[in-house]
Amino acid sequence: MAMIWRSRITWVWAMLIAATFLSFETMALGNAFLLRSVILVIAFTKVLLVGREFMELRHAPRWLLWGFQSWAILTCLVLIALFRT
Amino acid sequence: MAASQAVASSPRGHVPGEEGVWVFIGGDLIVFAVFFVTYALARQQELALFESAQALLDRRLGLLNTLLLLTSSLFVAQAVAAVRRGDDRARRLLLGAILLGSGFVIVKAFEYSAKIAQGFTLNSNSFSIYYYMFTGIHLVHVLIGLGVLCFTLSRFDRAGRRQGGVALIEGSGAFWHLVDLLWIILFALLYLL
Repeated sequence: MAMIWRSRITWVWAMLIAATFLSFETMALGNAFLLRSVILVIAFTKVLLVGREFMELRHAPRWLLWGFQSWAILTCLVLIALFRT
Repeated sequence: MAASQAVASSPRGHVPGEEGVWVFIGGDLIVFAVFFVTYALARQQELALFESAQALLDRRLGLLNTLLLLTSSLFVAQAVAAVRRGDDRARRLLLGAILLGSGFVIVKAFEYSAKIAQGFTLNSNSFSIYYYMFTGIHLVHVLIGLGVLCFTLSRFDRAGRRQGGVALIEGSGAFWHLVDLLWIILFALLYLL
C-alpha cells in the first residue's frame, strides 16, 4: 500500500496542502492589494495543478488543456483587477 | 516501477472519461466564473460591510474543508491510477475519498448551524446572501459528486474487481476534482480575501 503513495500525484497533493497553508498565513499578514493578489495567484496555481495533474489534463488534447488553462488565467486576472480595492 | 507508472497515467491525447462530462464541466466553469466576478463587483460596492461580515466566518473550518477536499481528490486520483494498473486497492481508495468528502459535508453542516445560531442567516446582509448562495450551490455539487462516487464504487465487487471500462471512474473523478477546484477559489474569495 505504501508504494502507491510514493507517486507524482502524492507530491502534487503535498504542494497543494503547502500552498493552502501559505495562503492562510499570507492572509494573516494584512489586507494590502499585493497580499490579495498573492492569495489569488496561489489559489489559481492550485486550480491549475488540480486540473493538469488530478484531472490529467496535461495528457489531454491541446484544445481541452488550453481551454481549461485559459479559463483559469483569465478568471485570475479579472479577479485581481476587481480586488485592487 | 516505470512500467506500472506508464500504465497508471493516461495516454497522451486522451480525454479522461466521456466527452459529455467535459461539456458539463466547461459549462460549470463558465457559470462559476460569472459568480466570482459578480461577487467581486458586489464587494467593491459595499467594501466595509463585506469585510466586517467576512470576519465573522470561521476561517479554520474553511481551511479544514479545503484539506478534506484536496485529500479526497488525491484518493480519487490514486483510485483512477489503481484501476488502470488493475490494482484491487482502487475500491478502498474510492471509499476513502467518499469518507473524506462526507467529512466536508459534516463540517459544512456544523458551520451553517453555528452561523445561523449566531444570527448570521441568508438575509443578514449582502455578504451573507453570496456566502449561503455560493457555498450552497457548491454543497449541491459535493452531494452530486458523492452520489457519483458511490455509484462508481457500486461497480466494484467485494474483492475489488471492477465492472465496465475505465471511463466511468475517470469521468466521476474529473467531476470530483471540479468540485475540489471550485472550492479552492471559493475558500480564497469568501474566507481569505
